[in-house]
Order: sequence, then C-alpha cells, then structure tokens
Amino acid sequence: MLATAIHERQPAVARTFATNGCVPYRCRVTERHQENDDTFTVELEPAGARSHAAFAAGQFNMLYVFGLGEIPISISGDPAQPDRLVHTTRAVGTVTRAMATLRRGDMIGVRGPFGSSWPLDDLKGKDIVLVGGGIGLAPLRPALYQLVAQRGDYGRVVLLYGARTPEDMLFRAELERWRSRFDLEIFVTVDRATGDWHGNVGLVTALIPRAPFEPQNAVALICGPEVMMRYAVQALHKRGVGPQQTYLSLERNMKCGTAMCGHCQYGPHFVCRDGPVFRMDQVQRFFGKWEV
Amino acid sequence: MADYEQLDTPSVVLRADLQRLFDSLHARGYETIAPRVENGAIIYDEVTSVDALPAGWTDEQEGGFYRLEGRDDGALFGYTVGPQSWKRYLSPPIRRLWQARKNGDGFEIVHEDAPTPHYALIGVRACELHAIHHLDDVYLGGSTIDADYQQRREAAFIVAVNCGKAGNTCFCASLGTGPAVGPGYDLALTELVTEREHAFVVTVGSERGADVLADVPHRPAAPGEIDLAEAIVAEAARHMGRTLETTGLKELLYRSFEHPHWDEVAERCLTCGNCTMVCPTCFCFTVEDTTDLTGQSAERWRRADSCFTTAFTFITSGSQRASAKARYRQWLTHKLATWQDQFDSLGCVGCGRCITWCPVGIDLTAEVAALRAEEIGQPQPEAVLEMA
Repeated sequence: MLATAIHERQPAVARTFATNGCVPYRCRVTERHQENDDTFTVELEPAGARSHAAFAAGQFNMLYVFGLGEIPISISGDPAQPDRLVHTTRAVGTVTRAMATLRRGDMIGVRGPFGSSWPLDDLKGKDIVLVGGGIGLAPLRPALYQLVAQRGDYGRVVLLYGARTPEDMLFRAELERWRSRFDLEIFVTVDRATGDWHGNVGLVTALIPRAPFEPQNAVALICGPEVMMRYAVQALHKRGVGPQQTYLSLERNMKCGTAMCGHCQYGPHFVCRDGPVFRMDQVQRFFGKWEV
Repeated sequence: MADYEQLDTPSVVLRADLQRLFDSLHARGYETIAPRVENGAIIYDEVTSVDALPAGWTDEQEGGFYRLEGRDDGALFGYTVGPQSWKRYLSPPIRRLWQARKNGDGFEIVHEDAPTPHYALIGVRACELHAIHHLDDVYLGGSTIDADYQQRREAAFIVAVNCGKAGNTCFCASLGTGPAVGPGYDLALTELVTEREHAFVVTVGSERGADVLADVPHRPAAPGEIDLAEAIVAEAARHMGRTLETTGLKELLYRSFEHPHWDEVAERCLTCGNCTMVCPTCFCFTVEDTTDLTGQSAERWRRADSCFTTAFTFITSGSQRASAKARYRQWLTHKLATWQDQFDSLGCVGCGRCITWCPVGIDLTAEVAALRAEEIGQPQPEAVLEMA
C-alpha cells in the first residue's frame, strides 16, 4: 500500500517558473593557464548582462563547449569572488580536451552552480583537515580560500595533498605561499620523487596518522580518487575521526544537474543534487562497495 | 482537477454514443490519443474515431511473450497494457532542447519554443495513472522543474479506464495501484458488455471532465449497472497473474546488495534495456550535443536513456556499473527500494510490462521472491571503516 499516498497529492502546480534549467548562459574565457601536463585552469566572465551566481565551496558547474558536449566540473576559485568563476580540470575526454585549447576571448556555456558544498559555516571552532588527491585538490581550494579568509573562526587548518610527481602538483605557488604561513599546516606527498624533490614520498593516506589535529574536534574534507578516499576514511577513523566528522566529494556521470536524468544515482542519492559533498554516514552503506 | 468532488451517481454512455466523447474532446482542441492495433500489438496513437479502437481484441501475456487474440464480444478495452506507455506523450523519448549558432566572436543560443500539445489520453489504466503521478514527482517535485513536461501534463485530459481483465504478468492488486483507477482522472470509464447493452459507466473526476461529458449523451447509471461495473473490476483483481510482496521490500533490497542471486540473474539478463523502455516510470534521459557539417550550428537533444548501458555511468575512471549484475541490481533496487527514499513511494506500479517484454522473460516478482527465499547475512555498514 506504499503507493496510496502518492495519488492523493495534487499534480504539481507551477512553482517559480524560474530558469529553464537546461539552457546554459554564455561566458568568455578571460584567462587560461596550464597547471601541469594535462591539467589547466580557466577563468570565465559572463558574456552579456547577467553575472555569475554566488557559489559555495565544493559546488560544480556544467560547462558546455560548442557542439561537443557538456560536463560537470567543480569550481576551484574563491567563493568570496563569485564574479571570478574559476575551473580547474584535466584534459582527458572530448570536451575537456577541447577546453584545453581555449584561448582568451573564446566562448563556452555554463549552467550552475549545482550541488551541495563543504559545510564550512557549520564547522567553526573545529580543526579542519583537508585531504586531497591529484585533481581532487581543485574542489578543495575554494574551502581553503574561505578558511584562510576566516582563519580566526577555525582551529587548526591542515592540508594533506598527494600528487603523482612533484611536476603534477596543482597550485604549487599558492601552496608554497600558504605553507609559509604560521597558521596553516600544509603537507604534500608524491607517489614518485623526481628532480630535486626532498619531501614526502608515498600515499596521502600515510600522512594522516601524524598530521597535527585533535581527532575529537576535527572534521575532514576529502576529495580524490574513490579508492584513495576509501583508505583516507579508514585512516581517519583509526585516529578517531568518525563518519559524522568526515565529508567527501563523489564523482559520477551527470547530464542534467537537477536530479532528473538519473545518471548520477548512488544508492538513493542523486549525486548532482544531494552531493557531490556527502557526510560519510550518509553514504556509508554503499561507500567502498563495487558498482553501486 | 484532483480536488473536484466526484458526483455521487455515475453516468452511463452507450457504446453507440462514445464517438461523441471523442468529438467533444476535439471540439475543445484536444488531440485524442488512444489504443489501436499496430504490428500485432496495442499501441497508443492518435485515434479520432471510435471505430479505430481495438474492438474485439484481447492480449495474452507471459514472461517474454505477447500475442493479440480475438474476443467475440466486441469490447473496446478488453486487454491490458501493451509495450508503450503514456510517458511518450508527456515526456517524449527524443526532443530538441535548444539550438546554438556561431556568430562573429562566439555563439548565441536559441531556445526551443514549440507550442504545447493538448492531448486527451484515452484508456489510461489504474497502474498507468499511478505511473504518471510518479513522473510528476520526478519532473515537477523538485526545486527545478521540467517546464516542457509541466506544460504537457497540465494540458493533458485523462480518460481513465478500469480494467475488466487482469493480465498474466499484472500485479497491481498487490501494490495497491489497481485495477480500479484512483484519483487524478478527468473521466473514468468501466466497460459493460452484456446481452442487453454495450455501454460505459462513467465517473467524473474534474470540472473539465464534467464539461466534456455534458456534450455526450448520457443518463444516470442504474444501481445494477454500478454494481456490475464494480464486480467486473473486483473480478479482475482476483485474477492477477503475479503478486509482489511489499512488506519490508526496501530493507530486503538494501540488505541484498551482495546477494549471490544477482549473479544468477546476470546469466540470463541481456542488458538490452527493453524493461527500461517499456516501464511507465523509467524517467532517465541523456543529452546529446551535435553540430551540422559546417560546424556553424549546434543542437542539444534530450533522449530517453537506460541504466542498462555501460555508458550510463561512464566517468574518467570507466563505467561505474560495468557488469550486467550491477546494472540489473541498480534497476531493480531503484524501482523497489531507493525510489522509496527518493520519492516516498514504490517506483513500480505493477503493470508487468518489464516481464512481458523481457526477451528472456526475467520476472522481477520472481527475482524478489528468490531474494526473500535465500536471505543471506550481510556485513555491517561499518565494515568499510574496519578494513585496512
């Protein structure tokens, strides 16, 4: 009799007829630079009268390249500067490879922002542990900007970042600048040392046991390959950072961004709407299982 | 619409006057979509004359089997449901969303602005009316709505039909979704074919339903006719070919994520996606961006999609559901479990199409029964945290 409640509901009446969620707005590339061999950052400004909507750290946009396709990419810029829309991505598919060739003045389409965010406003007073792997640093950077801007509101702020090689590190100049501050703890590790690297070598999860934070008062924000996140969750758990103190950002195939196309379903969740940022206990039932 | 207080006394419209219903709808600007026979199946298509309805046809259905058979009483609605459902009219399987054209230093986007079709959907069964309400939940229930669906949906006039025959693959009775139609229709018909008359007991469900009926010759139904109409539907309920036990269904499926039975289903499942195409609640779509040969103009199309393809979940690291087992599990688990968490209802309405149109006759009611019969212990959710 589960289905009986439903037909007592009225057919939905017109809500704010708002934006037609499927049509992008046009933006121009104002800057593009290479972060490493295959990863680049673009800055976009709206073409025409409209301005970018405000976004929260951890949200994403759907970016459209004329005629080629549209893909979800997280925002890597500063939420305090919504007029500077910044995305960092790897050139790995049809659309991102085309985006990699964009030049200043070129036009692309944008829909968004979509999805959940790192709940920084609710975490004041906490030690914040950001764990990033590879391109996973991109959606964490808006959180770092916000934490740095509101530094006094938080306990310790620790970034644990793993890259394949020193050359693959993203935002290197920024990381070095942040590392020189006395109120940020930045630890970087690489899978394979090259050149004159004298830093850590190994998995980012290996940094967790000795990272300087107070487990009972800490909250972890994790983004990276799913297997890395899985082991990061376990390492954090071992130190006493439980599922309710752990947030992660999931990646899934997305076509609409509005919980209608069905592609991003992860158990009962639409990752585009309920995620990409989840608190671990929301997804614990499925996380780490194959082919959810 | 749904808040219209039903008239206490149903009316009777004679078979000979049913054309007047079509005419009344046409006069109000509706395009009448109704069942008709094509290629050995009953489909939903534009039908302007009552004579084009599948008079004297019925269907035989079984897992992987569908045949039309004759029936000698000339009934117009004497079958259950065919391969199509009304979703193709409310949410067309393929449509253009917008076009873009290159200009001097960029491109401009031209919104698709087609006029909204006004459909009268004639012959909507109880299960199908539930399915439409499920699509409402998906496309209109969130903070962003599908404007095209909304326009088509609000324009649609629904003539529901109570089932006088249960199909062999039907199980609406066990889900509470039929065979008697629930609220949400404009007019509801029950077909009576007796030695004395061929007529329809008509219930009015909305003001516009009453308005349309006013143009059709009708008289108050006699108590005997009302009783007969109820008896026919009750009889159909007793002859359902399948049942699906819903008690604890969600938890059963959540517990069964790693059940070995999925491997067994995967040996039979061809991952063809037929079940998703015929399912009246399957709503998934993809978008395709194309250009013309000159590269000057681009289009975005929305196309019905199926979770049975590997492309459906493809990201840089590959398809997230590469195995057939995972794709069947996702489909069934979504219909019966995760849908409950998403929309507070079952995603299945018991129409049985997925059973009938599965080329190898996979029967979701049997798969659920197998999961129930062979319940296994499951690792605790915390397990992931303890593995090192």
